[in-house]
Amino acid sequence: MKKLMLGNAAVARGAYEAGATVVASYPGTPSTEITENIVKYDEIYAEWSPNEKVAGEVAIGASIGGARAMSCMKHVGLNVMADPVFTASYTGVNGGLVFCVADDPGMHSSQNEQDSRHYAKAAKLLMLEPSDSSECKEFTKKAFEISEQFDTPVIVRLSTRVSHSQGLVEECERVDYQLKEYEKNIAKFVMMPGNAIKRHVVVEERTQKEIEFAETTDLNVCEINDSKIGVITSGISYMYAKEALGDRVSYLKLGMVYPLPEKLISDFCKKHETVYVIEELDPFIEEHCKVLGLDVIGKEKFTMLGEYTPEMIKKVIFNEDKNACEKAEEAIPVRPPVMCAGCPHRATFYVLKKLGLVVSGDIGCYTLGAVAPLASVDSTICMGASVSAAMGMAKARGAEFNKKLVSVIGDSTFIHSGITGLIDIVYNKGNNTVIILDNSITGMTGHQDNPTTGFTIRKEPTKQVDLELLAKAVGIERVVVADPFDLKNFEKVVKEEVEADEPSVIIAQRPCALLKTVKYTGHCKIGDNCKNCKLCMKLGCPAISVKDGKVCIDETQCNGCGLCINVCPFGAITKED
Amino acid sequence: MTKKIMIVGVGGQGTLLASRILGNTVINEGYDVKLSEVHGMSQRGGSVVTYVKYGDKVYSPIIDEGEADIILAFEMLEAYRAMPYLKKDGVMIANTQKMDPMPVITGAMEYPQDIAEKMSKKINLVTVDALSLAQKAGNVKSVNVVLIGVMAKNTDIAYEKWVETIKKTVPEKFLEANLKAFEYGYNL
Repeated sequence: MKKLMLGNAAVARGAYEAGATVVASYPGTPSTEITENIVKYDEIYAEWSPNEKVAGEVAIGASIGGARAMSCMKHVGLNVMADPVFTASYTGVNGGLVFCVADDPGMHSSQNEQDSRHYAKAAKLLMLEPSDSSECKEFTKKAFEISEQFDTPVIVRLSTRVSHSQGLVEECERVDYQLKEYEKNIAKFVMMPGNAIKRHVVVEERTQKEIEFAETTDLNVCEINDSKIGVITSGISYMYAKEALGDRVSYLKLGMVYPLPEKLISDFCKKHETVYVIEELDPFIEEHCKVLGLDVIGKEKFTMLGEYTPEMIKKVIFNEDKNACEKAEEAIPVRPPVMCAGCPHRATFYVLKKLGLVVSGDIGCYTLGAVAPLASVDSTICMGASVSAAMGMAKARGAEFNKKLVSVIGDSTFIHSGITGLIDIVYNKGNNTVIILDNSITGMTGHQDNPTTGFTIRKEPTKQVDLELLAKAVGIERVVVADPFDLKNFEKVVKEEVEADEPSVIIAQRPCALLKTVKYTGHCKIGDNCKNCKLCMKLGCPAISVKDGKVCIDETQCNGCGLCINVCPFGAITKED
Repeated sequence: MTKKIMIVGVGGQGTLLASRILGNTVINEGYDVKLSEVHGMSQRGGSVVTYVKYGDKVYSPIIDEGEADIILAFEMLEAYRAMPYLKKDGVMIANTQKMDPMPVITGAMEYPQDIAEKMSKKINLVTVDALSLAQKAGNVKSVNVVLIGVMAKNTDIAYEKWVETIKKTVPEKFLEANLKAFEYGYNL
C-alpha cells in the first residue's frame, strides 16, 4: 500500500532501500527531516556532525570504506561542505555516495536564495532533481546505483516544496547491499598533484559518458502532446507547469539536471515552434540551451526571484488571467515569527538592547533578536560569522568601539564554526566579547542534539563538549557562565566583560522553553499596582499586549517563565498557578 | 476534479496535525494526495499555511489565489489574510479565536475590527468558537480536531472514515477528548 510521505522522509526511505549504512548530516531547513527519518532505520548508522564539512567527510570516508553513504544539508550547508565535495569528484567512490542538498527558493527560512545546481557544474558531479515524494525515493535509490556505475558522488537536489510536501510513496524491500572490498589505492584516493592530474582526466572522460547517459536515461522524460509549444523543466517547476498547462503543451522533464543532454534537448526544440524553459532561480537549463544555439524563452519572461506558481506559468504562456478573488480593503498586520514565550534569548537581547551594544549576530532562533521591539542584532551573515565578523569590526574601528560590541552565537552554531573565529580572536590578539547562547539544544531546526547536549542523534548518552573548558582551552581566560533571566547579574557581567582589556566569553545558560525537561508552571498576572509604564512590553513577549490602553497578559500564551516579573520595576506582575 | 483545501493558523496551534488527519483520511478513500507544509520559522508563532489537495491525479502541491474549495482558519486574522485564496463558491471555516501578532503587540498596527462581518459580506463564511467546544470536549488543545469536524461535514467523506484516522493519529490518552471534539465540530 502507498503511504503519504514527506519528500524528505522519502529520500531517507530511498537511502534505506538502496542499502545505505552510513548517513552524516548537519541540520538545516528544509533538509533536516531526511536525517531525522534515517534514524527510524536501525540498519543505518546516523549522526549529527558538528558541521557540514565534517558530515561530508564522514560520508566520503564511509564510501571509501565500501559502504553506501549519504550526507544531507540545506543549500548554504553545501558551501560549508564544498571543499571535500570538489575533491571527492576527483577520487570518485567505492561504495555509492550521495550528497542531498535542499535549496530554499522563496527563502522560507534561509539567508540567501542560491541555486545549488551551479555546484554540480563546478564540481563536475552528476545531479538528479526529483519533483515529488515518489521521485524522491526512486531518484535517491537510483543515485546510489549511478554513483557506483560512473564512479562519482551524485548530488540529489531538492527544494523546499519538494522536501516539505507530502505525496504517495510505494515502499519496497531494502536491497541486500554487501560492503565493497576495501583495497588500498593511492592513485585514486590520495589527491596530491601527481595523482590529481591523472584523476582530472578521468573526471572529464566521466562527464562525457554521463552526457551520453543523459541522452537515454529514463530519468529524462519526453511527453509529446502538442506540436506548437514545448516546455523544458525539472523538479517542482514540472509539477507547477503540468498543473497550469496540462496536456496543452509538450514537456521535456529533466530528472537529471547535470550534466544535461544535448541531442535530447535539441530534438525536443526542433519539434516545437516555441520552447519555454521553466526553472526556479537561475537560468541553468536555459543557458545550456543557449550554448547549444537553441532559441528558447526563459528568464526574459520568468523571474529569477522566489518560487513559481502554476498561476504565474499560465499567465506567461497562455496569457490567462488569475482567478477572481476577494481581497480585504485594509492593511492586514503581518505575523512574523517571534521568539516563543519563555525563550531564554529574549532576556539576553533585552539586556543588550538596554546597554545599547552593537550586536554581531548569527544563524538560529536568536536571529529573531533583530526584530522589533528588541531590534538588537546589527548583522547576520552565515553560521559562525558573529564571532569572526566582530573581530573584523573591532580591527576596523578600534578599541573604544569594541567596548560597545558583542557577538551572539548559539551552542550548536558555536561548535559548527564559531570556535574557529574564537581561536582567531585569541591568536590575533583580539579583544572581543562573545556571548554563547547555550539553550541546551539546536533550536531553530526543531530540537536536534549536538556535541554540547550530551546525547547522540539516537538519544544515546555521550561525552558532552564543555563550552567553558573549550573556551579556556583555546586561550580565553575570562569565561563567565550566567543565567540571562537573572537580568541584574547578566547586565553586570556583560558590562564587565565588554570593558575588560582582554577577550572574553559569556555563556548565557538557560534551556529552550520548548524542551520537555523545562517545566515552567502557572502563568503571570498583572496586578492593580501596575503603573502602565509598559517596560514589560519591551520584551516583545507574545503573551504581553495592550488592551484598551492597559497592559495585560494572555494566559493562554504565557507559560509562566517569569521574565516579565524580573523586568517590572513596581513588582506589579505576580505568578499564579 | 481536484479538491483544494487550505489550513491556516498561527505556529503552535496544531495546523500540521490537522492537515495530516485530513491527508490520511483522503488516501484511504483511494485518492492521489499532496500536502504542502512550510516548516522552520513556522513553529515560532508566525503565520502557518498548509495546502491539502486530493483527486484522481495531483501535480502541484500548492494552491493559488481564488482556488481553494475550503479554507480552514484557526485564527481570525489568518482567515482574513487567506481570504483571497478562496474560490468564488468556496467556504471559509474560521475559528473565532484572536491572537495578536507582533506589530499589534508593539502598537505599530491595530488588529482589524469586525473581521467576520467584513468577510461575510464577500464570501461564504462559517464561524466556530472552537476553543469553547474544545474546552467542553475536555482538552483545550483539541481546537484543531473541532475544526476538522466542521470541515469534514463539508466533504463527501463518511463520518466513520474520519474517526478511523483520528484513532490512528491521536495518542491514546488524548483520544477520548479528541473524538468528542470531532463530534462537536461535525454536528455544529
